[in-house]
Amino acid sequence: MAFASRGFGGRSRGPRDQRLPPGQYDVGSDWPVLTAEVTPAINVDTWSFTIDGLVDQVRTWSWADLRALPESKYEGDIHCVTTWSKLATDFTGVSMDVFLDQVKLGPSAAFVMATSSTGYTTNLPLADVTGGKAWLVWAHEGKALSAAHGGPVRLLVPHLYFWKSAKFISRFTLLDHDEPGFWERNGYHDRGDPWKEQRYQGD
Amino acid sequence: MPASPVTRLAPAVQTTRWQWATVREVSRIAAQIVILRLEVENRLQHLPGQHYVVRLTAEDGYTASRSYSVASAPSDPLIELCVERLEDGEVSGYLYDVVQPGDRVEVRGPIGGWFVWDAATPALAIGGGTGVVPLVAMARHAADIGRSELLRLAVSGRSMAELPYSDELSAYGATIAFTRAPGRRLQADDLRPLLDGAQVTYVCGSTGFAEAMSRALVGLGYPESLIRVERFGPS
Repeated sequence: MAFASRGFGGRSRGPRDQRLPPGQYDVGSDWPVLTAEVTPAINVDTWSFTIDGLVDQVRTWSWADLRALPESKYEGDIHCVTTWSKLATDFTGVSMDVFLDQVKLGPSAAFVMATSSTGYTTNLPLADVTGGKAWLVWAHEGKALSAAHGGPVRLLVPHLYFWKSAKFISRFTLLDHDEPGFWERNGYHDRGDPWKEQRYQGD
Repeated sequence: MPASPVTRLAPAVQTTRWQWATVREVSRIAAQIVILRLEVENRLQHLPGQHYVVRLTAEDGYTASRSYSVASAPSDPLIELCVERLEDGEVSGYLYDVVQPGDRVEVRGPIGGWFVWDAATPALAIGGGTGVVPLVAMARHAADIGRSELLRLAVSGRSMAELPYSDELSAYGATIAFTRAPGRRLQADDLRPLLDGAQVTYVCGSTGFAEAMSRALVGLGYPESLIRVERFGPS
């Protein structure tokens, strides 16, 4: 910090909430919608999720398959690169570990490209979607996930900025190299760790 | 001194860093809307549609940053931002109430490689409220390079007085609807005649506006894949 902005006090605040990464603020009960495309209407009867790329066999799950898998819940915070964070929220879904355990990964698989039915993509290191760090979710705070928020099913990777949590998720492609996805090609960071403020390319 | 038109645009994605900008002009153009013109030394050239992040720092080191679309054309020697003062908006409130010419703020940009216009593709751009700001950059650039025929505009605001740049948009030939006086919303019938030949369509505004406009476009048979949306909310 060079110097303070003249006359800027900022929001009234007590000690900084330790759950807020640097540069983030608590949005409270709001949940802003930021999507770069037209919101699609997706019917669960035709929804599917596929894992392909560096796997022994391509595998696809239907909505019924998804709901037959063991459920788990994420309870915690989410952080958007536009600087809002939503604290102490929860999502219900299935851990990515459950899906990845049902395919055999090629030995060189190290990255994932997540693709949405809209064509939106985002890239992630495999290590960021394994070990209990990522989910496919269909419910938020006990209610079905709305289309505006990526329903019926979105990816949830809450330890990274929320553009990594692809809405309308439809595909995971295992890769041996990192390739930029939609926002990553458009100036945003390849990893997006909010605690390191990896917002834009070059951070 | 009139700036010479920029005919070759910068690449959409450039590595940016925080830098100081000096506020040169402050115009409160409407209740709750302020236009700031900033001098950014050695600035990277932007594309019409891109935004800057503004960061404020309090005495105790607390920082707050928000993104604002650029209204100025690439050829403009200053960066022009148009900010709507939101209720409890800690950054927009400061920019509207406190900032004076001569103040310095930290900025970072230009950001964003998606909601940008290449000034070569025939386009329609639809904006609501302060969602017209990136469209103003597009229109100014189109006029700069003498290619206004490439870009059509349809915009909406509460009233003439509350819509930023309403005179300029009107002079450009934008289709304009005022939701309060006389009380009309942009509809499919407004968009239909503007779509002919548009190979890309930009929609910028609140979530509700963006949904309504993108649904109207899809309803007219316009391909979803050609629609680029920028939604903003109270963030």
